[in-house]
Formats: sequence, structure tokens, C-alpha cells
Amino acid sequence: MPQHDVLIIGAGLAGQRAALAAAEAGATVAIMSKVHPVRSHSVAAAGGINAAINPADDWRSHAFDTIKGSDYLGDQDAIATMCEEAPAEILNLEHMGVTFHRNDTGHLDLRAFGGASMKRTAYVADITGQAILHVLYEQLMKHSQVIDRYEEWFTTSLVMGENGRCIGCVARDIRTGEMQTFAAKTTILATGGVGQAFKPTTNGLICTGDGMSLAYKIGAPLMDMEMIQYHPTTMTANGFLITEGARGEGAHLLNAAGERFMEHDAPNKMELASRDVVSRAEQKEINEGRGTGPLKDSVLLDVTVVPRNRTLEALREIVNLGRDFAGVDITRDPIPVRPGQHYTMGGVKTDVDGETPIPGLYAAGEVACVSVHGGNRLGANSLLDTLIFGRRSGTHAAQVASSIPMPEIPDSKIADDSRVIQDIIDRPKGGRRISAIKDELGTTMNQYCAVFRDEEGMTKAHEVVRRLKEEARTATIDDRGTVFNQDVLGALELDFMLDCSEAITMAALERKESRGAHSRTDYTERNDEEWLHHLTVERNGETGDEVPHLKTAPVTITEWQPMERTY
Amino acid sequence: MADLQEFTLRVRRYDPESGEAAYYEEHTVELEPHRSVLEGILQVKADKDGSLGVRCSCRAAICGSCGCRISGKPGLACHTHLDDAAARSADGVITVEPMGNMPVIKDLIVDMDAVHWKKQARVTPWLLTAEPLPEREHIVPKEAMVDVTQSMACIQCGACVSDCLSMEVDPLFIGPAALAKAYRFVGDPRDVRHDERLENLAEDPHGLYACTHCFKCIEACPKGVAPMSQIMRLRRRASQDAGIVDRNNGERHEVTIVNHVKKWGTLNEAMMVPDSYGGKLAPAAAKELLSSLPVITRALLRGKVTPKSALIHHKLPGDGQEHVRRIYREVAEREERLELNLYVTQADDDMPLEAVTTTVEGDPTSTTNDEKAGAAS
Repeated sequence: MPQHDVLIIGAGLAGQRAALAAAEAGATVAIMSKVHPVRSHSVAAAGGINAAINPADDWRSHAFDTIKGSDYLGDQDAIATMCEEAPAEILNLEHMGVTFHRNDTGHLDLRAFGGASMKRTAYVADITGQAILHVLYEQLMKHSQVIDRYEEWFTTSLVMGENGRCIGCVARDIRTGEMQTFAAKTTILATGGVGQAFKPTTNGLICTGDGMSLAYKIGAPLMDMEMIQYHPTTMTANGFLITEGARGEGAHLLNAAGERFMEHDAPNKMELASRDVVSRAEQKEINEGRGTGPLKDSVLLDVTVVPRNRTLEALREIVNLGRDFAGVDITRDPIPVRPGQHYTMGGVKTDVDGETPIPGLYAAGEVACVSVHGGNRLGANSLLDTLIFGRRSGTHAAQVASSIPMPEIPDSKIADDSRVIQDIIDRPKGGRRISAIKDELGTTMNQYCAVFRDEEGMTKAHEVVRRLKEEARTATIDDRGTVFNQDVLGALELDFMLDCSEAITMAALERKESRGAHSRTDYTERNDEEWLHHLTVERNGETGDEVPHLKTAPVTITEWQPMERTY
Repeated sequence: MADLQEFTLRVRRYDPESGEAAYYEEHTVELEPHRSVLEGILQVKADKDGSLGVRCSCRAAICGSCGCRISGKPGLACHTHLDDAAARSADGVITVEPMGNMPVIKDLIVDMDAVHWKKQARVTPWLLTAEPLPEREHIVPKEAMVDVTQSMACIQCGACVSDCLSMEVDPLFIGPAALAKAYRFVGDPRDVRHDERLENLAEDPHGLYACTHCFKCIEACPKGVAPMSQIMRLRRRASQDAGIVDRNNGERHEVTIVNHVKKWGTLNEAMMVPDSYGGKLAPAAAKELLSSLPVITRALLRGKVTPKSALIHHKLPGDGQEHVRRIYREVAEREERLELNLYVTQADDDMPLEAVTTTVEGDPTSTTNDEKAGAAS
């Protein structure tokens, strides 16, 4: 049985940054991922990473923008920590080798981004996530003596010790089907979001809410789950993301009449208002018949107003995306876009060191809810979140690990999870296909838990999720093998997504106001008196399928009192 | 929205647990023609056979998971249109196979650790900066960062490794992806070990000079990294900046070719060996000539070289030679070394997108193609 001081599950930016920090703090480290680390979805982050690195900028300004962007649901202590530590983290990345774009004097260049009061987004063309992810992986290779990598291992469950601590996990080697326990003094979840519960989504097929569900199953609370970000510019043709960097570089949004409709909703910031604001404005244009395209289901993103050479240098990836996947030369013609599911603001509740209410269990990145994004995340704050709280989790988990003994995991845990998997493989034919259930889930969530919501729709979504949970018990698969049995992993991932979706619909039904990305047509106003608090969903550590519990948690407000939010 | 169309996928299946050899299996899918081959594969997986193994995640050519060979060409399944793949197959059936040069684990899944990642680890794939580090960022020219962004754009999909001809004959060859990675450091002004890196790659018999310049990797790369170009840039840096004489005399051979064309307009076969090894009187040239005698004899016997043509080399007719010299003068007058880099672009406003970006072959939905048609009519 492998034993490590710190076990990290998930190897995107948060996980890799945590691994490096834990190793630097002297811990023995394992990092495990169901895909090769560079396939992690952090790779798709395009536009950049925020930090008040310009001497004329101030981290307090970054913090205020973030708090305002969160519609005052973000915890201000956590946001202050993130923004204050941001510049040093960017410099650390630069020193590691990230090829950040420079300005004419050779210093880091910064671009404009949504909801920000000045240019503070460092970037590598429009492949910033990829560039950082690959550089962090270079560092993992460099430090392979102290960081063990378990690539293509699928975590099937977290293990609780008798003392109520999380003591590691059970995992399956995807290549061989072998089951193994991994004992660890501390465990960090860095498994990303649950975009695949929505269809379409900008998220990769691997974003199935694994860590949220694994933690939820052992009693950790999920927080802010009702807050789902719809990105304003996803390609109508296929749901792919077009970076906010496009609007940062000056691109316009137009309705069918060719009007820059953001004039009505955000006269000051226009296209660079917060994402929730822009997505709502777009959806309103579409709902009120001013959309474009044969189905009038889109608005137009006009990149042609950006100088062509600048587009080719700084937005190359989306030039290629437009050409290869939608047949549009974005340097010549506007491209049809619409809001699409993009990010899970909620996640496993943590403090500023990434620690969850379950001792020994940490979470960082999209899987976690610190909460720095509250009701709506600002563009280019997600990379920052992964790195700051990945690092803090890694350091803290290593420190805690240095003073506690190595736990032992009984072999019976392997037998338990092996049985779960064998039962799925052995199910008699006749149930629905996993793919059919997943499809219905995604379509339902995207219809009723989207940009605009109401009681009736969300109730319907909740009922569908409950029914699909039942159907998933008898859903059948084709693959009976052990080597790369992706079919059986798909069944486990479906279970994860259904857990998360249940938490999303429950919290969304509960919050009877409009705040951030949660915009209700039956409760159209923000209501600070009754709803300026977080919602958590938890199971009280009981296994089984009882209806989970909703609770509230206070929002931390330090120096920025809630105000009316206009852009 | 375009109409749905039927496509047939012929997928190579292999189940290591069955004890049986690999086989091909055909599936029909119904999708719009501009949808990707990956979407076709996923439709098969969802509706018909969940046991079909393929790595994939982003579906948008950024995660690098779904490298395959499609109708004989390596590439990302998510980045290849169904209609293009069908069009380039003789019978219209889209063949999908695992990538080459790497062991197959199951169906379309290959063992990248055994080949691709091992080779990456070979090139010391991390930045080696001067100590102490600057207090803030390194100050470097804007162009330098944009320049290495081309090799940074590599998503480690393995498509270039799949069809590398040099690797086929020499499995130990470091290969296109890892050498492109090496350029990412050699081209980075923050790295302080450029010469050591270059010497190390040059001394390796499976290293810098084992590339045969076949262009396969440039064709294969879905991200415009152009690995072979990065290899050639490593070679130029090795010879011109680090003063390395390459192990198979390639640079002097290249210089000889350049000089011959300048002088005669064509290659002077009889003088190639002596000139490449330091001139007729150089001992190395004599040795090389001796060892080349069998080749020379065969060439004489088959009439490839005649004694006359060996002694008196013909010149270009008319003022051809003057035209050639003008090209040389034009290039020599440039102050900077000309480098091809897709991220450093000086596109004119009327240049079509294909001229300034990497292209997916024959995209029929592309508006730029329509523009071309419009211009032609």
C-alpha cells in the first residue's frame, strides 16, 4: 500500500501547485489523476490570470472588483488573501518558466478583462492555462524524486479513519484495473468542476464533479452550489468557449439589428461587465426576439474591430477555433455566440488554507468553495484561485502531516469498492444506457438551471435528477474488461454528477432572490436582509440516498459593505 | 444547420485481455459533415458499444488526448472533420487507428509513457535560470516570448511522434515533440544553459542530427508547432551560436550545396564529397572519397555521373545564373536571420487566413474558401 504524507487527487493547476508546495515544505507527496496531468481541464483556460502587479494598481482594487463581481456573496477575508498574494504568485510562475507576454519594455504585459477596474490580466496569447499547466508539469518532472505521480488512476472513494479523519483513498489503475489503497496523513482534492452535468458546456468530458461527490459522500458540506456560471461567449455551433480575452482586446457584442446592446445593461463597462451581467443581457436579447441566426438563438461577437495582427498574435486559438469548428474567419466576420455553462462557483466548503470541515481533507480550485467567487466569478480569477489555494493547501497539509502518524487503511476497503465496480459490470441488460441518462441530465439542467430560473423549472429539474438517480442504479454498460474499462468509470462519473446536480437544484430552489449567476424570474431582486448568506448541502456523513440537508453559513464581510451593483 | 449525413467508421479494435489479434470493425454514424471524427467515435460509444477505448476530454483540440491515425494520417480526432476524413479515403470509409511508433494498450489508446513522455524527460524539460532570481520578472524582449510561444503551443498529443520516419528506423531518436520542447528552452532568453543543452543534443547519436527532414511532423501537428522547424532552428543555433560541428557533417554539406548553387546553379556531384569535407586536399575528404568508392563506381556504371560531367560542370543556360545570384544577394542583404514562426506574424490585411494560420485540410465550411471562390470567379 503506497503511503504518503500528502495525497493529492486531481492534477490540474490546483493539484500540481499543491504538490509542489507540499514537496517544498518537506512532505512526501503523491499526485493522482484519472487523466495524464496535462489533459486536465485547466488546459482550456484561455484568457489569463489576474494580479495587481502594475505598480499603479492595488490589490485592494482587485479585491473590491472581485467582491462586487461576486454580488457580495464572496468571503472578503479569503478574497483579500487571494488578491494580496496574487502578484508574488505570478512572479513565481514567471520564474518557473511561464512565457508570459511582455510589453515593449520587456515587463509583463497586462490585458483588460471583465469586471476589472483596470488592466490586470497577465497572459500567454490565449493559451494561458495551457502554458501554466505545462510549465507546472515541467516542475513535477523536475521534482520526480519527491513527488510520486499516479497518472490514469481513478479515485473510487475517500477513506475515513476511526478518529474521524480522512486517511486517504481507494483508487483503480485505469490501465490494469488493479484496485489499491493510498494511505495519507492529509488528502487534497483538486478534481475540478461539474460542467458535464450540463449540456452543452464548455467543460471537458472529464469534468464530472468527482471530488465534490467523493467529499459529499463522507459528510463534507457543498457550498454555493446554486451558483453556476454561464459564460457569455460560447460558440452557438458547438458550445466551445471563446475567451473573454476577445472582449478584453476590444471585441463588440451585437444583436440582430447590429446594436451594441450592452449600452442598456452596462453603459460604463459595456462588453466588459461581469459575466453574469453580460450573459443575462444576451439572453434577454435572444428571449425578446432580437437574436440572430436561423433560430434567433444567438448574438454576434464582432472581433473584426480588433486590429488583425493583434488578433492573430494574441487570440490565435480562437481564430483557429472559429475556422476549424464553425467555418468562420473571425478576423473578417462576426461569430454567433450565446451563453453557455462554464464554471461551478460552488464546491466543497473550505477555509483559507483549503481545509474542509472534515479533518485531514482539503480542497482547492474549482472543486472547492472558499468562497472567493460567491455568486459570480470574474474572468481570469479562476487560474488565480487554483494557484493561490492550491499552494496554501499544499503548504498547510504538509505542515499538519509533519506532526501526525501514518494511518493504516484496512484491505477490506479494496474489497468494498471492487464489489461496487463488479456489481455495475454484472448488471443484467435491460436498464437505460449510461449515455442516455447523462444526456437527459445535461439537457434538463441546461434548460432549468441556466441564466434565468424559476420555481417551476427548478422543481422539474430536481424531480428529474431524483428519477435519474433511481434509473442510474440499473443502468447497464457493455465493457466487461479490466484494461481501460472506460464504460464502468462512466457509470461512476454519472453517480458523481447526479450527486452534484441534486445539490445544485436543492440550493437553487432554496435561494429565493436573484444574486450573481442565480437569477430568478419569480424573485427578481437581490435581498440582503434575508439571503446574504451561503447555502450548504450535506448528508451528515450518512451513506445511502436519504434527501440531503440544507443549512446556511455566514458570509464574511470585512471592509466592503454591500452596495448596489452596476457596471 | 447542415443536414445529417451517414458516415462509416472502420475502427481498429484491440483487446489485450482477449488473447486475439487486432481487427477492424465498421460502424455507421449519422452526423453533420463538419462534425469531428471524435464525435463519430463518441456516438458509437454512446449508442452501440461502450467498450470502444479512446482517450478524450476537451473536444476542442486543446487537451491533446485524442491523437489517432485517421484515414492514414495522424492527428486529433476532435480536429478532423468527418467529411474531410471521408474524402481522403479511397472508398469513403473513415479508418480510425491508434497512433504509430507507440505500443497499443487497447483499441485507440497507446502507451505514451513508454515513448513520448520518456523522450520529453530526456531533454531536461524545465527552465534553468541564473541564480539569484530577479526580484520581479525577468526583463526580456517581447518578441522572444512570442517566439517560444510557438513551441509552447505544443499540447503533447503525440501526432508528430506517431508518423516520425526517423523514429521508425531508430526508435531511440529523441523525436520531434521532445526536440521542439528543447527549443522552447534554447529559444528562451531566461534559460542560461543553451550551449550545454545544444552540445548534449548534438552529441547524442539519436539526437539533433538524426532528423531526416521529411516534414511528416509539420504535416501532423494540429497546433502549428512545426516541430521540424524547431529542430532546424536548434541546428542553426548549434552551428552558428554554439560553434558545434555536427556529427554527420551536415552543416558543411549544406554550405557546400549553397555554394554550388550560387556558382553553377545546380549541384556539382563530383565536387560534393571533397567540398563537404574541407576541399580536395583535406585528409578527411580523401578518407571520405575512399570510403565512397563503391558508391562512385556504381554511379559511373549506371551513368548517373559521366567522367566528362564530373570534370566539366555545366552552367545554367542564358542569364539563369545571374537570376540565381540575385536571390543570394537579396537574402544576404537582410540583417536578421529569417525565422519562420506562426506567432510572429506580419499579415497584410488582404492575406487569406490560410496564409497566416495553420489549417485543417480542405475545410469546406470555411468562409475563406468562399472568398477564394469569389475572387476566382
